[in-house]
Amino acid sequence: MSLLGEDIVTEEGEFVINIGPQHPSTHGVLHLKVWLDGEIIKKVQPHLGYIHRSIEKMSESLSYRNFIYATSRMDYLSAHINNQACALCVEKGLQVEVPPRAQVIRILMAELTRLSSHQLWWGCTGLDLGAVTPFFYAFREREAILAVMEETCGARLTQNYSVPGGVMYDLHPNFQEHVKDVIKQVKSKFQEYDEILTGNVIFEQRTKGVGYISPEDAVSFGCSGPTARGSGISCDVRKWFPYDGYEKVQFKEIIREGGDCYSRYMVRMEEMKQSAYIIEQLIDNIPEGDFQAKTKMVLKLPKGEFYQRVETARGELGVYIVSDGAASPYRIKYRSPNFSNLSALDHMARGSKIGDLVAIMSTIDLVIPDVDR
Amino acid sequence: MTNEEIKQAITTFLPSAAYDETGEFLSILVDGTELRPLMRELRSNLNFDCDYLFCLTCIDWKAHLTMVYHLLSKKHKHTIVVKAKLADVNNPQIETVSDIWRTAEFHEREVYDLFGVKFLNHPDMRRLLLDEEWEGYPLRKNYVDENMIEI
Repeated sequence: MSLLGEDIVTEEGEFVINIGPQHPSTHGVLHLKVWLDGEIIKKVQPHLGYIHRSIEKMSESLSYRNFIYATSRMDYLSAHINNQACALCVEKGLQVEVPPRAQVIRILMAELTRLSSHQLWWGCTGLDLGAVTPFFYAFREREAILAVMEETCGARLTQNYSVPGGVMYDLHPNFQEHVKDVIKQVKSKFQEYDEILTGNVIFEQRTKGVGYISPEDAVSFGCSGPTARGSGISCDVRKWFPYDGYEKVQFKEIIREGGDCYSRYMVRMEEMKQSAYIIEQLIDNIPEGDFQAKTKMVLKLPKGEFYQRVETARGELGVYIVSDGAASPYRIKYRSPNFSNLSALDHMARGSKIGDLVAIMSTIDLVIPDVDR
Repeated sequence: MTNEEIKQAITTFLPSAAYDETGEFLSILVDGTELRPLMRELRSNLNFDCDYLFCLTCIDWKAHLTMVYHLLSKKHKHTIVVKAKLADVNNPQIETVSDIWRTAEFHEREVYDLFGVKFLNHPDMRRLLLDEEWEGYPLRKNYVDENMIEI
């Protein structure tokens, strides 16, 4: 008998094992039930909800200013981008115009968030595949970015910097100088990242051709972000539906055709360079002016529904607010990127070996609180 | 396709559909029983070609439930929202769309878990986030939790 009270060996002779909820490679409390034929994966069934906090239900009793803070705890590695999505959605309902200075600050912080998130992912991917050193290298640069975050908004992970109408405080006087130093440091390390992991023979053998998903399946499974772009799907929300002035900055949408773990890996590696490029364009061109538009103390959205999507480090986050005219949302739905990406895990993993499951999971870049919400 | 063209094309095979253009996207309002033929047409008809179901959820309006499907066509770049009304709040049922878009498999389980809507012909209709033994459906407006404290 296994943990779930079912037979370990099925009638077809398949072996059933449980991975997680406490397992280093699941990056959180994810529980996978895996059917195996020898070493070959026949089926993967994710069991979710270990950290389900019902943020959607909570938000129904919170005001439009307060519900934003709960979303920092969803995808905690792109907390600022989650906040930004909610702020944008409320602004859409209120028809508030955000000052240009606030928009640029938001983009800068969002790209710093993306950089730090991808760095953590890079370190963890190395760790998952047996390379311990990248983890320390990644944290070295990530720490520098988090120091900027702390200086700007007082928090390292759950920033809560975006509010309806703009950002909460103006920038720290040291911001520009500090960011320039950090970007210089980060950019000088990209080659080191490639040397230590990308070109490594063992790493390539463990990722190339592993966890394949075709473009049609990636769209059907609702994949987004680097997971879909690794299969040759154009889906960058910053390009498709620009927000906060992304149409004014130059950057490339990184797309790889391979559809395997290696392609998804390369998309994120290239994306880091693009994020650094965006920051370089904006850091000397932060407009003067207000950092927050004037809004009422108690926000009330007009009757109706509003949808806002943004590109987090993991893919497309949608915030869907249904308002009945009261001071708190009638219904709110977060379309989280990880939730849809995780649903494709079973499809990607079938036919692979059990050891490859770890590689597949780590290149989807799962953050479990974002799946469970 | 523009909104007018979409409306015209849909009216030819589903005359009972109503439309709502007050929001950001064009919404098609149908009854729960008419959902499946419409969804199949939106996916397979190359004029619509809605290949990306990016959001699937439910809203509890107390008197009835509304299923909301957000669809995007990667080719034509139009967004269509389909809303299906479920009149029976005590035993809400609707056909699944998980064979048309695989992502619906998880999303429909989530809706079943939190709203109690049963999806007919779904391959794996179990709770997703909560325990199998959980009583009630938390996102319904009439859900009462004795441990909940009013602030």
